[in-house]
Amino acid sequence: MDLEIIGILVLWTFLFGYTMIASIDFGAGFFNAYSEFTGKEHILSSIIQRYLSPVWEVTNVFLVFFFVGIVGFFPRTAFYYGTTLLVPVGIAIILLGIRGAYYAFATYGKTKQKRYTFLYGASGLLLPASLSIVFTISEGGFVSINHGEPRLDYWALFTSPLTWGIVILSITALLYISAVFLTWYADQAKDKRASQLLRTYALTWAFPTIIAAVGIIYILRSHNPIHYENLLQLWWMFAISFIFFLGTVWLLIRKINYGLAFTLLVAQFAFAFYGYGFAHYPYLLYPHLTIYDSFTNKAMAISLISAFIAGLALLIPSLYLLLKLFLFNKDYVHGQASRHY
Amino acid sequence: MINEDAVYYSRILTELTLSFHIIYATIGVGIPLFIMIAQWIGIRKNDEHYILLARRWTRGYAITVAVGVVTGTAIGLLLSLLWPKFMEVAGHIIALPLFMETFAFFFEAIFLGIYLYTWDRFANQFKHLLLLIPVAIGSSVSAVFITTVNAFMNSPRGFDLVNGELMNANPIVAMFNPSMPTKVSHVVATAFMTSAFILASIAAYRILRGSKHVYHRKALHLTLTTGLIFSVSSLIIGDLSGKYLAQYQPEKLAAAEWHFETQKEAPLLLLGFLSDDGDVRFSIKIPYALSILAHGSPTAEVTGLDRIPKDERPPLYIHYLFNIMVGIGTLLIIVPLLYWIGIKRKWTWIKNKTFMWLLVLGGPLSMIAIEAGWWLNEVGRQPWVLYGVMRTAEGATTSEQVDLMLWMFSALYMMLGIGSVIVLTRMFNKNPIERELKERYT
Ligand code: HDD
Ligand code: HEM
Ligand code: HEM
Repeated sequence: MDLEIIGILVLWTFLFGYTMIASIDFGAGFFNAYSEFTGKEHILSSIIQRYLSPVWEVTNVFLVFFFVGIVGFFPRTAFYYGTTLLVPVGIAIILLGIRGAYYAFATYGKTKQKRYTFLYGASGLLLPASLSIVFTISEGGFVSINHGEPRLDYWALFTSPLTWGIVILSITALLYISAVFLTWYADQAKDKRASQLLRTYALTWAFPTIIAAVGIIYILRSHNPIHYENLLQLWWMFAISFIFFLGTVWLLIRKINYGLAFTLLVAQFAFAFYGYGFAHYPYLLYPHLTIYDSFTNKAMAISLISAFIAGLALLIPSLYLLLKLFLFNKDYVHGQASRHY
Repeated sequence: MINEDAVYYSRILTELTLSFHIIYATIGVGIPLFIMIAQWIGIRKNDEHYILLARRWTRGYAITVAVGVVTGTAIGLLLSLLWPKFMEVAGHIIALPLFMETFAFFFEAIFLGIYLYTWDRFANQFKHLLLLIPVAIGSSVSAVFITTVNAFMNSPRGFDLVNGELMNANPIVAMFNPSMPTKVSHVVATAFMTSAFILASIAAYRILRGSKHVYHRKALHLTLTTGLIFSVSSLIIGDLSGKYLAQYQPEKLAAAEWHFETQKEAPLLLLGFLSDDGDVRFSIKIPYALSILAHGSPTAEVTGLDRIPKDERPPLYIHYLFNIMVGIGTLLIIVPLLYWIGIKRKWTWIKNKTFMWLLVLGGPLSMIAIEAGWWLNEVGRQPWVLYGVMRTAEGATTSEQVDLMLWMFSALYMMLGIGSVIVLTRMFNKNPIERELKERYT
């Protein structure tokens, strides 16, 4: 396998990891705020807080890993994306800042205020919108090269149906992923009411997610025919993804085995995400940048991959410990173990 | 093509973000060590006071870490957004330590999450303490890696420049560049030192406010003795940093010392200011001292600014920064030394108000020294972003919206800064140690 492909696979995998756990995190923040406004906070708050608190920094590192890694493996992306993304990513950083402030001040500092909760919940919906702009731009048509400098055409970007399609998909998918996960988590905690409420949220957002996804593929047909053709070639991946989706929904409707429902959901998104990624190959930014012309030198690539393997050897046992202590620990999940610090 | 406005605002935004991040980062590197020491002593001596010390420090630490993570994520992304051309070059040669740093973050974040939520969950306290070791290692190692990147900016190695193209990259040589040993050790030592004095400030402040509890005395004693060790090592490593500069970045040292003419037996100038016509006024001259600082011998020749092309001279105001840093460093050796001798000799004046106020000031002063040191280091490298390879203006973005971003980020940092001060003070005022001790035993 080419070093280029190994590099992009590693990064794509971390991006997938980030989209999944960040979706849970962002969505949980939204449901938390929403329940406070509809007077249902007594049902949801504790379950959401219990899950979120120990893991949020880990979630953030996934993102850091991705953007540091992409500059390492594909340094030229810093030039193309760095110059054009200042505003959307700048806004995303501010929103991440608001979330971090919530953890710092409300969770660790124990100063509860409705204002924070609301800001925190709203940031969870705005973040996917601003981060998903990166996917939109990568489809090409919004960046032109002027005197050797890449420029982003904001007008084209904000009037394109593709942009809004992707924004809608990112939000619906996020709410769906989060609701399914939390249904399972609440069920583990034997919190029947929370689990039932979240289950209805999950079912609410299931079909809008699929509709948005199909809509995007349709828009791509005219926006980026090459990508569209490649997607069609990989139709079987999306078919498998859809079958998993039906599986999740069926389990939710029958109210059985939420653990399996969530597993199927991860598989559904994995197939769709990798299918989309393979179809995008070899472009990082249509039509200016591919993984081949932006790749770093061989010495750096080999040392990064070695560092990655060594790092994983360290990380996987630690992550396992974290999950074991908090996610799969009956006492903790039931809220019996101490949560003081 | 260079967009002057974009360069200007990018510099300000970078300076602002880094100057803000470094406050939380320094605390983040240093405090775990002290929590570890306190908890260890507490378990060994079976002394509840030390355990509580560790526990209360941890609560504050969790908040500073959260802000450190936010600002760190900001600077990590902003580097690519504001300095795309610099990061493209850096990505080719120095990406390895940046990449490894993320693993250190991972490691730290995972174990910090576990540590925070598992007080009282283990029958054997030592097991809980063990969880802190990866946190301390993770944060120190991330400081080592990021400082390695910064060292590379000061003395780029590990590649060949052929017709303006970077060739033959060697990431390992790039990491172990000449500036790395002194820089990394100075940064880590000063982070420990700063954390010690900040914790000492808090204890001294409580004592000043009339708390007679022995808890604060214990905290003060612990932090000041370790603080002394680290401030002495900071001085020694700082001296080695000066010797590094004399050899590899002579113009930075010359500008920091206002050493205009190359000469042997060079004197060291302390304080003073520059008059409008470029004369040094009111400075204290210490004969031979600069030759000793630069080369370890009173007769050695020290390169002056006369040997440096005009457009490669750093701004002269870094002299003040250097003086501030060294002045504070010296003061923070004398003060804990007096305290320590005073305890042994049973001097009573070390318990009086003036001396306590001096101890309270120690924390903020060492943070000022950190800021001054970084500004000296970064401004002294100008006009280069990559010393001798790329000028700062060449590395910057050409985007038109940097000023807008500057305003937005200023607001964010303002909120984070004010918020963390309010939350931290409220947290400890609402729950003073006397009350917490009582609650635990009833
Ligand atoms: C508590 C903070 C603190 C204190 C007391 C000192 N330093 Fe420092 N110094 C730093 C914090 C710092 C720093 C923030 O860690 C810097 C900035 C960049 C770096 O590498 O370390 C630094 C840089 C720095 C440099 C520039 C290195 C370079 O640009 O490559 C020199 C020459 C010294 N220091 C020398 C000293 C001396 C002789 C000190 C005598 C007491 C001293 N420092 C105390
Ligand atoms: C890996 C570490 C670092 C990198 C890659 C880095 C990168 C940069 C870059 C690209 C600039 C632009 C040059 C300029 O604005 O003039 C800069 C300047 C600056 N950086 Fe660093 N920096 C690092 C560490 C730090 C740290 C930790 C601080 C401390 C707060 C810091 C403080 C500054 C300051 C104050 C300037 C402005 C200098 C001037 O404009 O004259 N830097 N840095
Ligand atoms: C250009 C310079 C820098 C960059 C790009 C940078 C990047 C980052 C990032 C991305 C994070 C968040 C990691 C997470 O999600 O957990 C972070 C946090 C942190 N940074 Fe920085 N950093 C810089 C300078 C420094 C310096 C100079 C130090 C130490 C002397 C430092 C020490 C830390 C520490 C210890 C943390 C963890 C948060 C904490 O424990 O408080 N950083 N940094």
